Parts: sequence; structure tokens; C-alpha cells
Amino acid sequence: MNTSANSMSNNLVIEVRKVHKSFKTVQAVRGIDLHIPQGQFVALLGPNGAGKTTLVEMIEGIQQPDKGDIFIMGKTWKGNEDYLRRIIGLSLQETHFIDKLSVWETLRLFASFFAIGKERCEEVLQLIALEEKRRAWVVNLSGGQRQRLAIGISLLNKPNILLLDEPTTGLDPNARREIWAILRKLKEQSQTSLILTTHYMEEAEQLCDYIVILDHGKILKEGTLTALLGEIQDLPLKPVETRRTTLDDLFISLTGRHLNE
Amino acid sequence: MNERISNNQLLHLISANFKELIREPGVLFWGIVFPILMSLGLGIAFTGKKDVVTTIAVTGQNRLVYHQPTDSSSVIRRFLVANRSLVEKDKNGCISCKLTIPDDKLGNTTFIFQAMDWQQAMVLIKRGNINIILDEENGAVHYHFDPMNPDAQLTYLKLTRLFSTAGVVTGRTNAVIKPLTVSGTRYIDFLIPGLMAMGVMMSSMWGVSYAIIERRSKKLLRRMVATPMKRSNFLIALITVRVLMNFVEAGLLFLFAWLAFHITIQGNLAALFVLFFAGNFAFAGISIFISSHTAKTEIGNGLINAVSMPMMVLSGIFFSYHNFPEWSISTIQKFPLTLLADGMRSIMIEGAGIAETALPVAILAVTGLIFFVAGMKIFRWH
Repeated sequence: MNTSANSMSNNLVIEVRKVHKSFKTVQAVRGIDLHIPQGQFVALLGPNGAGKTTLVEMIEGIQQPDKGDIFIMGKTWKGNEDYLRRIIGLSLQETHFIDKLSVWETLRLFASFFAIGKERCEEVLQLIALEEKRRAWVVNLSGGQRQRLAIGISLLNKPNILLLDEPTTGLDPNARREIWAILRKLKEQSQTSLILTTHYMEEAEQLCDYIVILDHGKILKEGTLTALLGEIQDLPLKPVETRRTTLDDLFISLTGRHLNE
Repeated sequence: MNERISNNQLLHLISANFKELIREPGVLFWGIVFPILMSLGLGIAFTGKKDVVTTIAVTGQNRLVYHQPTDSSSVIRRFLVANRSLVEKDKNGCISCKLTIPDDKLGNTTFIFQAMDWQQAMVLIKRGNINIILDEENGAVHYHFDPMNPDAQLTYLKLTRLFSTAGVVTGRTNAVIKPLTVSGTRYIDFLIPGLMAMGVMMSSMWGVSYAIIERRSKKLLRRMVATPMKRSNFLIALITVRVLMNFVEAGLLFLFAWLAFHITIQGNLAALFVLFFAGNFAFAGISIFISSHTAKTEIGNGLINAVSMPMMVLSGIFFSYHNFPEWSISTIQKFPLTLLADGMRSIMIEGAGIAETALPVAILAVTGLIFFVAGMKIFRWH
């Protein structure tokens, strides 16, 4: 089965059905279901080892599920690889581009893979606010600037689906806010669906319409921020009354651990 | 006291670093096991037998010691007979006399005096198989060699001492040095084609293999194949740039050698181009194979060294591989670097053409193809 009628009729861009994935003795993903409609920003939130990256890699097509199906725009990866590569944008947690290419040359290189011209590169350069660094070599960029470049590259093809794997890990608060600004602008200007993995609850709260909390390869809770925070009231372990309740409180209530552990 | 030692941060740091080192099997292998294997291999090759074997071409005499010498016989013949040299006839009908000078401390020196005509001797000297040619005129022994070649100088000194000790040659007038400075017979003529061939190997190994491994380790390969980029284009681009650079590098080296040492190409230029291209193709294929799997640059380093070092040492780049034990020669001659270096020498200094180099070109091309296909079968993009 290479297409899903269900996905198309419900306007789902990503449909994950009971997916399992194991590596040797580790069960990284255990029976996850996920349905993401067009334009929705979804956060996969969870501590290290929760299965976020493995799930994204399966959606990205570089890992095959052991069990279950994944549909992207109603299609599976098998036989549709070229089409799907054209509609997906991707930024990994840490990618080193070619050190001694300039920002502009790097954008042009990746644009050439999609047969995209200079105009779009100019737009992206503006979007990621690196016009002043156009001629700077990648090796001379700061961590935040490199990550902005990585996100810019992932947006070159105006993707229907954007996958960002921990895009702000290791960045200082300012650099993180700059990345958020880019993604907010993207939400205003396009119908791109975003899957963002993170272990920063603030990032999920700030950017995403829908939050999926993962732990040990399973979905613990999912819903909108308001709905999830509302659930804390029903749980036995409540946060201190004087402080704003957060997703971390919900995670502690469910697992007894912090998200960042 | 025990507690102080067990909590000592320096000890913990040393322990942590040591564990990190020994728990990486790749680093362990290339750092410890590989040098031992190399020393074992080279040790067997170089120290198992201390004898130095030097071949001397003797021209102008078809029969070295077949007949009893008379007073009018050559001094070299009289010397060989007097020293009861072993006469051998090889499968090609070449007659040679083997004379071993025993020495417990320095190791034995064996001279193989081989009768041949001048043309044969010139070919062997160009290939680096011999470094000195002897002939005689009016009772004087003439030593033809490149005075800039230290090996040839040493052979000359050993021979003159040998002859004077035996009383065959006496006085300075009986030993005449005839410097060989004709293009093609000098050490530099031997060295330059070898360096050009080695440049192709090293440049391909580091420029293709290491570049791929590094990009894989930095996740750049994975990022690139997440786009509609054609994977073949990625490899074609990498190899094309490297091959072009190899042509430029070899061209500049030749230009320098031409200006500084008046080196020329005596054979067919098109044959040289085809052979050089085949060599590039062979090493590009080998480079793809080497870099097909690992994402660790330390392991990549080791793999590249494991392939390139033995060839660099054995393939006769800096000195003739005929210095190695006889049993190893036929294997050495099959190495891609040996094929390329020998082929380039045959064109550049012996005047070979397309026909003479067709076989090495074919072998290099097939080698490249086999390694390329095998490498692509196991290639990891992620």
C-alpha cells in the first residue's frame, strides 16, 4: 500500500500508524500513532532517549519502521522518494556545512538540488537575517548563525512539511529567540506543517499548536497546550500554587522526572 | 590514604581517558595493532636477510667466465674466475656470475655481474633495476653511473675496493668514471614519474576518501541526501574535482622538473594521458571503497594509511622495488601504484607508447571499476 485515502480526505500531511522501531535490545518507538494536519506546528517533547529523533528519522525516510505505516501527504516512502524529498524541509540537531563556503554559496548549493534560483535564496537570506554575513565563510559563523543557516536551507524549497530536530539545543537564549522568530514568521506566511523535537518545554509552549509528550518510545500525553495544562488539575501531584504551571509539571506528575533529565 | 587515592581527580581523569581509548576498537587497532603488523611485515622484508644484492651490468662481453681466461682476457673475467664465481644461466639465456663477499658485521654483499648489451643496460638503469654499468677499454674498467645517485656511488666504491684488493685493477688510471647524465638515466628521471604517480594516490585517498568520511561524520552527507540531490552527482563532482587537480598537480611537477632538471617525455603523450587517467580512475574507485562505510575520521585515517603506506614503501617510488626479496617482486608489481609508476616511467624515460602500456591501463581501469562497484554496494549515506 503506497497511498492512504484517509490522509488525503482528512487533510492530514503526516499520518503515523502504530509504528514500532527497535535497535538491538532497545525499543526506541513502541506503537506510536500521530496525525498531523496541514499548517499545524507540532512539538515532540520528551527527555533524551524518549524516541523523538527515531520517530522523526522514520518520518524523514532514513529509518524503516519494524511495524506500522507512515504516510506523508498520503504516500509512503517506497516508490515516492523523489517526490517526498521535494516537499520536505529538514534541519538536524547538528549539521556542519562545508566550512569554507560562504553563506550565499551554501544556500546556492542546496538550492541547486531543488533547481531553485537566486531569488528564493535572497528571500531566505532575508528571512534568516544573515544578509550581512552573505560573504562570510560558514566556519566563521556563530552557533546561532549556523543554525539559522540550517533552517534557511530547510526552507529553500518552501516545504509542505518541515522537520526540525532539536533546532535550538546548545544555543544561548538570544540565538534561540532568533530561531523562534523565524519559525513564527513562517507560520504567519505559509501553510507549512512543522514537527519539532525538543526537550525545552518553553520552546514547545512558544511555538506549537499541538504538543506530544513522549517517554520510553510511547506517547504519554498529547493535546493543545491549554488542554495539557488543564490536565494537571486532575492529577494527584500538583505544582506549587504560587508558580505558573508548565508542561514540566505535567511530565513530573506522569513520570516523577523532569523533562530535562 | 586509600580514600585520597581513590578520589584523586588526576587518577580519575587518566582512567577516564584510558577507558575512552581502549573502548574504541578502531583507534586501538590502527594505533596499536596496525603499526605492529607493519613493523612485522617490513621487518620480515628487510631484516630477515641482511645480504645486500647488487646487480652490475657488464657490457661488451658475451661470455663472462665460460672459458679459461688468457692473458688477453678482460680484467673482469679474470677476476671472476679467480674468485670462483658461480655462473648461472637464467630462463632468458642471460649469463650472470654471482659473487658473495661475506661480512659478519655488515652483512654479506652479493654482486651479480650480468652480461648484456649497452641498450639492455640502459633500459635497466632507467628502470632503477641497476645503478652501474661496467665495460672495459685498453685494460681499464669504466664505471658508468649517475654521480648524483648515492646508491651508485656506494656500488662504485665497493667495486673498486673489491677489484683493487684482488689485484685486478691497480692504480687510478685503470678505473675510469664515466658519468651518466643522459636524460632518462639519472635518479631524478626515475624519481619524477614515481612522484607523479604517488601524487595521484595520495590526492585521491585524502581528497576523496577522507572528504567523504568527514562529511559523513559531520552529517553533511545525510543532510544532502535528504534533498532531491542525485547521489551519483555528489560522487561525480568529488571525483572530477580531484582528477582535475591531479592533472594540474602532475603538470606543475613536470613543469618544474623540466625547467630544473631538463626532464622530457620520450614516449607517446597520448599514452601518458590515458595511463594517468586510468590511474586516477583506479585510485578514485579504491577511495570510494575505503570510505564507503565508516563515519569515524580516526578509522578513516587508519584505512587510508593502511592502503597507501605499503604501496608508498613497496611500489618503487623512491628506489627500485628490485631491492626487495625476490619472492615479493611479482606481488609488488601488481599493486596499482606500481602499475602506474612503472607505466609512467616506461613512457617518460623509455619511450613507450599506447601498445606497451595497454595492459597496465586495462588493469588499472578494471581495478577502479571493481572497487567502485563494490564500494557503492556497501556505501552508507547516513
